[in-house]
Amino acid sequence: MSPTDIGESTEALGCAHVWKRFGEVIANRDISLSIARGTVHAVIGENGAGKSTLMRGLYGLHSLDQGSVRIDGELIETPSVAASIKRRVGMVHQHFMLVPTLTVTENVVLGDEPVERGMLVLSRAEQKLIELGERLGLARDPALFRRRVGELSVGEAQRVEILKVLYRGAKILILDEPTAVLSPLEVDDLFAVLRRLRQDGSTIILVTHKLDEVMGLADRVTVLRRGETVLEVETGQTSAAQLAHAMVGRELAKSVRTTRQKTISPPTMRLKVESLSVRRSDGSLALDGVSFSIAAGEILGVAGVEGNGQSELALSMAGISTPERGRVRIDGQDVTALPVIARRRLGMRYVPEDRHGRGLLLDATVEDNFLLGVQEHYRRFGFVDRRRLEIDALERTKALDVRPPDLSAVARTLSGGNQQKVVIGRELAGRRDIPLSTLVCAQPTRGVDVGAIEKIHAEIERVRKDGAATLLISAELDELLALSDRIVVLFRGRIVGELEDFDQFAAGELKSRVGALMLGAA
Amino acid sequence: MNQAGNRTLERIVPPLWALLIALGAASMLIASIGGNPHQVLGLLSLGTWRSGYGFGQVLFKATPLLFTGLSVAMALEAGLFNIGAEGQITVGALAAALAGATLPVGTPHWLAIFLCVVASFAGGALVGGIAGILKAWRGSHEVITTIMLNFIVRAAMVGLGGTIFLRESVHTRPVIEAARFARFSQWLSPSLFKGSAVNDSLFLALLVCLLVWVFLNRTTAGFALRVVGASPGAAEAAGISPGRVTAWALALSGGLAGLGGCNFVLGYKYYYEDGFSGGVGFMGIAVAVLAFGSPLALIFAALLFGTLSQGGLAINAVVPKELVDVLEAVIIFAVAGTKWPVRRMLSRSSSKISSGEKT
Amino acid sequence: MNRLVFYTALLMLLNVALLLPQAKNDRGSARAPLRVGLVFDVGGRGDKSFNDSAYRGVDRAVRQLGVQAEYIEPGDGSDRESGIRLLAAQGFDLILGVGFIFSDDLYSVASEYPNTRFACIDYAKFDAHGFVEPPPNMVALKFREEEGSFLVGALAALTSKTGVVGFVGGMDIPLIRKFEAGYAAGAMYVCPNCRVEAGYAGVTGDAFKNPAKGKELALAQYASGADVIFQAAGSTGLGVFEAARQSGENGIPLRLAIGVDADQWNEAPGHILTSMTKQVDVAVFETVKAVKEGRFRGGVRVFGLKEQGVDYVYDDNNRSLISDQARARVEALRLKIIAGEIKAPTERK
Repeated sequence: MSPTDIGESTEALGCAHVWKRFGEVIANRDISLSIARGTVHAVIGENGAGKSTLMRGLYGLHSLDQGSVRIDGELIETPSVAASIKRRVGMVHQHFMLVPTLTVTENVVLGDEPVERGMLVLSRAEQKLIELGERLGLARDPALFRRRVGELSVGEAQRVEILKVLYRGAKILILDEPTAVLSPLEVDDLFAVLRRLRQDGSTIILVTHKLDEVMGLADRVTVLRRGETVLEVETGQTSAAQLAHAMVGRELAKSVRTTRQKTISPPTMRLKVESLSVRRSDGSLALDGVSFSIAAGEILGVAGVEGNGQSELALSMAGISTPERGRVRIDGQDVTALPVIARRRLGMRYVPEDRHGRGLLLDATVEDNFLLGVQEHYRRFGFVDRRRLEIDALERTKALDVRPPDLSAVARTLSGGNQQKVVIGRELAGRRDIPLSTLVCAQPTRGVDVGAIEKIHAEIERVRKDGAATLLISAELDELLALSDRIVVLFRGRIVGELEDFDQFAAGELKSRVGALMLGAA
Repeated sequence: MNQAGNRTLERIVPPLWALLIALGAASMLIASIGGNPHQVLGLLSLGTWRSGYGFGQVLFKATPLLFTGLSVAMALEAGLFNIGAEGQITVGALAAALAGATLPVGTPHWLAIFLCVVASFAGGALVGGIAGILKAWRGSHEVITTIMLNFIVRAAMVGLGGTIFLRESVHTRPVIEAARFARFSQWLSPSLFKGSAVNDSLFLALLVCLLVWVFLNRTTAGFALRVVGASPGAAEAAGISPGRVTAWALALSGGLAGLGGCNFVLGYKYYYEDGFSGGVGFMGIAVAVLAFGSPLALIFAALLFGTLSQGGLAINAVVPKELVDVLEAVIIFAVAGTKWPVRRMLSRSSSKISSGEKT
Repeated sequence: MNRLVFYTALLMLLNVALLLPQAKNDRGSARAPLRVGLVFDVGGRGDKSFNDSAYRGVDRAVRQLGVQAEYIEPGDGSDRESGIRLLAAQGFDLILGVGFIFSDDLYSVASEYPNTRFACIDYAKFDAHGFVEPPPNMVALKFREEEGSFLVGALAALTSKTGVVGFVGGMDIPLIRKFEAGYAAGAMYVCPNCRVEAGYAGVTGDAFKNPAKGKELALAQYASGADVIFQAAGSTGLGVFEAARQSGENGIPLRLAIGVDADQWNEAPGHILTSMTKQVDVAVFETVKAVKEGRFRGGVRVFGLKEQGVDYVYDDNNRSLISDQARARVEALRLKIIAGEIKAPTERK
């Protein structure tokens, strides 16, 4: 069969017998795909299943070892980004490819700058962007385009990425994990945009690992596991359970948290925060008099739309940024003025939201990453106790099923989910000398696949049982609801609502109440 | 082709190509100015590796390059660019010379050597530390401060010269006998290394290489240094203060450069002489960059530049010395330029072979 | 992989082709000529002064005596000794080091190679007990700079209209202070009411290669009334010439400078009153000739006015700047010095 035979008339993008190998790992194994014009096609799979590799190959970001790509029925011998852009294919990457010091408009036009008589003319581009953003609901505030990308929240930056592709007139959009960084409302917004684009005749390839998104939006879905296609099906003819099974290759455990009873009474408050205020570098208040306390064995969830103070809350809990006012106590001790290392000595552990920037050393080995932040724990006469570190790290990689289970692997080569498992494995490890007292856990499952989420949730639950006070900051409402004992909602740096005793609410009610609070509409 | 094999090739092939390219470029350059490449390069090899004296001199010239290369490489591990090795080695050498000349004559050999080596380290660390503290406290960029410190040291030497130099000379009093490193010609092979200044400070250099490697890879302080270099954000989250680490990392880096002064002061002339360094501090940058952070490669890079430095002298009679400077530049460019295409070829070929096997 | 091997092989092949022994250009006859090696000071060839002068001496020996010569320009401090050693190891008959900075290096290598002859220009080695005599296989070529300086000092004072003459030295060491002492004594001898302004560029070797500093010093001296400046400062002196060149027009009165070591007229034509020449080439040529004729003797050899080792320039170029009276007066002084009636001082009072 010649590749061009496959549905030439309706196919927007396709590939046949694609192979891609990195060293020992086969990332794509004989994958063929055909994506019909005007549809949303989801490609799902666990992290490391080869989704991103396949997309990057189709888009021309790296060479294929074997196989061919078709765009609009045209056989592309050697896929390249230039060829893709020419044929109006655009890709939105999982990790932002934006220049932080440039404005949104400048970022969008980068590489295709509107030039008049040798001068850069941004005004027309900006006008076009405002229209585009308005029409698709991607950016309702025109002021956005004048801001520097470095000042944007993750969710805003994501939208800039999408705008950038649309600005170039892409008709086939490849979105690699677009919702990983968005709040539930932002996800709804994005989906509305995508539906509108589909109506316009655009073709959308959605790479994700969130099953509800697939079911709610996609027309057709391809499931990858370990580099191979294991299932391709119309969404109408499948269920989330079937997809999950296909992705992971086994049944998933149900929600980890079944009971929410207070194990210790009266509760001893391990983490206490009193009227905490934090300023951003631009002088605005990120947190405005936030108070809460968390008991031993309790998980306090922090909900909120991205950019309402969650990041600053995590940073000031960890001791990285100093609050302007307020007190933080761990087990009764005032730690407000203590640096990170001193808080860690008190048993505080910290899972940063930005795992590339703060959680990991991307170019160091997995073993060295297991040393990060706990270097004092493995110090013996100034030397690193490599033997003990290796034993512990191996045990933790096994417990969390980090793949590949190779301590000498460089962190950068791991998939996002496995990278996060390393961070979780390190921070949530039980340590005899300093038991975990408080856990500051920000976005623990951002950009992580179902299988890894299961492991990570189980870990958080484990340390809770061991008596830790956990501050769980997450953009995933489902995650918060599944794990937390109580939820506080942050809006513009203030706690605008607190919910507990979840069982009193009907199924949908809880979610909609939190959602309303997140918008400040309570 | 397995991955480990690939990695080895990736390490070996680019320098090999660079060498071949540089050799080819040298031949063409020599021919273009009317010389005979065969004769000139023959002279070069005779003046370096093919004679005992030449070989000794190559080792002698490589010794301070090891120190300054190590100094720059260590700073790079911490994400810092130390351009100040030149000033640091100057102060290190002066400190060793003054310490060695001040010690009482009866001082035991090991103690005298130890004190002088410590003095040279302290001297370099002082200069490096100033840049480190400025960076940690005021955020002054280390490239600027280390460069400026080179000039300050230069100027300070001009000012000091009159008071510390001997009459009608540009050097200090010699250090006491006990504070001198033995030359290879004194104990290893008097005939082979006759006249060559290569001395035991080479062993100090190799030992320090090893110590630095152990420090970076086996100690928590070394780990902290690498973390700061790899990701200041991650360092903060891990409770490592980037500012503090920066300060002592630059001091340490300066100290390593300062040790380089021992080669000249304790192993060769036995005194500090104005202008002794001849740019080894700057050459250290090339050595470190060429070595790409590998300690073994650092030794090779130091030997290579030592060879060029000594070889340049050997062929000076037939070609201008600037030719050797050009050669050094060609090698640096070639190494930087060949790494990428070699990696590309390796990755392409290996993936082709492997996927071919499986289908 | 294949491409890797291919390119590697290609590179190797290219090198082999380039390096194939080419037809050697015939290097003269069978008889082994005298081999002379010259090691320049850092700063090296092309300084239009000291080093070039030494080069001329060797070059003349090559042409007139048929000796074979090689030259080395050291890169850094340790290269000086390496260079000397390299030549010694290759069996050169005579090895010359240009400058006082070679004193220690030549001394130690000469002691190791007793059968090779060495020469050090401006040799000055001192230890705790004072001056150290060179070993028997080494000749120290020293100059009575104070005598030549005495003459140009007199000439400067006789030419000056302001009664103020200047001196710019390079590194502040006794060797250079000899220039100043002779110069000042000469000036005061013919004009007791004159004033001598003196300045030095520094105390390290760099003081000899800092034209900016030279210009700064010269401008200051011109500003304080000097109209003739004598420089003994290596390439630092080029700054003095630069300062002199910026005069004689735009209302600035003509300012003169006196060159050193070699005739430096061409550095600032019309502004160079004269140059106190140190006939390094003469000394070098004489030394080579002595070796050639088998009458080389170690020890200190001093070249003064009598030996024509120092002199001042008087030729078609600068004749218009020097009055006949001044010329006659200076020539008379020369005779007195040669006769020993006047002793030019080496230290300034």
